[in-house]
Amino acid sequence: MASLGELERAVMDLLWAGQEAATANTLRDLLAQSTNPQDGSTGHAGKDLAVTTVLTVLSRLERKGLVERERGTRPHRYQAVSSRADHTAELMHEVLGSAPDREAVLARFIGSVTDTEAETLRKLLGRS
Amino acid sequence: MFWTSYFLAVLAIVLAWPVPILLSRAQWPARSPFTAMLLWQAIALAGGLSMIGAMLVYGLEPVGDNLVSGLRALAGMVFNNAPTTDLGFWHIFALSAAALLTAHLVFTLLLTYYKIQRQRRRHRELLDLLASPSADGPGTVVLNVDSPVAYCLPGGARSVTVLSDGLMSALEPDELRAVLIHENAHLSQRHHLLLWAFAAWRQALPWLPTTRLAQESVNSLIEMLADDVALKTESKATLIRAIAIVASGSPAAPDPRLAFGESGLPDVEAGQPGATGGTGSSGTTASRVSRLLSPRPPLPEALRAAVLAACALLLAVPTALLLVPGLLG
Repeated sequence: MASLGELERAVMDLLWAGQEAATANTLRDLLAQSTNPQDGSTGHAGKDLAVTTVLTVLSRLERKGLVERERGTRPHRYQAVSSRADHTAELMHEVLGSAPDREAVLARFIGSVTDTEAETLRKLLGRS
Repeated sequence: MFWTSYFLAVLAIVLAWPVPILLSRAQWPARSPFTAMLLWQAIALAGGLSMIGAMLVYGLEPVGDNLVSGLRALAGMVFNNAPTTDLGFWHIFALSAAALLTAHLVFTLLLTYYKIQRQRRRHRELLDLLASPSADGPGTVVLNVDSPVAYCLPGGARSVTVLSDGLMSALEPDELRAVLIHENAHLSQRHHLLLWAFAAWRQALPWLPTTRLAQESVNSLIEMLADDVALKTESKATLIRAIAIVASGSPAAPDPRLAFGESGLPDVEAGQPGATGGTGSSGTTASRVSRLLSPRPPLPEALRAAVLAACALLLAVPTALLLVPGLLG
């Protein structure tokens, strides 16, 4: 049985890949289909995966603000709040941004570099 | 005990303004970053202690010969409803200011901690979904980003070092190793705790010169400390190449492999630490590179001992002034 973390990842991958919102049932079927062709073993969760498990995963993702539910439809249809690229950009914004407490949140190998510094470093690299 | 409050006030002012400015302009911290780091911590702690202590001692002056008896008398007034007629307006003002400042410092420390933890948790949640594990060992993940980026996200056992695809393709294995050792040094030396404390210190008193200068200096000192760890196993040229490639955003057009031989590092005009204005992390990269390009001998043993003694004195003197009279009396 896959861990919740792995399932969250698999569900997000499906939602990011799909164009429209999906129900928990659809997602369960998609997850069950993703069997590994090499050794025949089941992929993320296999056919035993219960819809309730998928719903648990979806509600966890919803709490994290990554997934939203469409209002008014039954069964509920879920979709990703933003694309994979947007989330990556969000991470990079946090890493490269100039928020004053950024240094305390994470430690970068290289801090922001001024234009003149970058120029000097480029010259250093070009020097042979 | 009147002169005690004056002495502490002078100490607080000296530690809040001239001392940090001198230290931030000094050249020797690059030669012994660890000692300099201890000194900054001593300055911050002693500064806070003497600031609060000066106000407390002044405010309690009419009711007690020393801090201990003064505090006891004050507690009597507060809890037993004893008359406060001994205390003038300025005494009560100083006592309130001391209490407010203490509460403000503690509150800001906790609030900063909470904010940092929240941002890290969010960041880790996204990494769990977006990054894939790396072959470079547990706790290292790779992010699908083209620009060369490396950073670590502290979090106890869940600490993680993040590398970008762009970085992996731009760096040779030995350069990548230097980057990983550098980042792991941040984690194993618990630099995030220092950064947290100094970020909170600055957040609490942003108008005080010492808090900004201390945070900037500490930011660049931890980079030097991590560089020194990387230099134990990787060559200086490797580390400089890694810094230059990551800093210039993408692998430079001319073949960077030819840039440095293991011998004869180019004697680049040594931009002295802080020469570029020394603001924020931008001055950090310059001082790091110039420190690697034109290394200077570590601080002599005697000088290091003198700085350590100064640290001990900075902490001992205000503490002794506040406590010893009460314990002796």
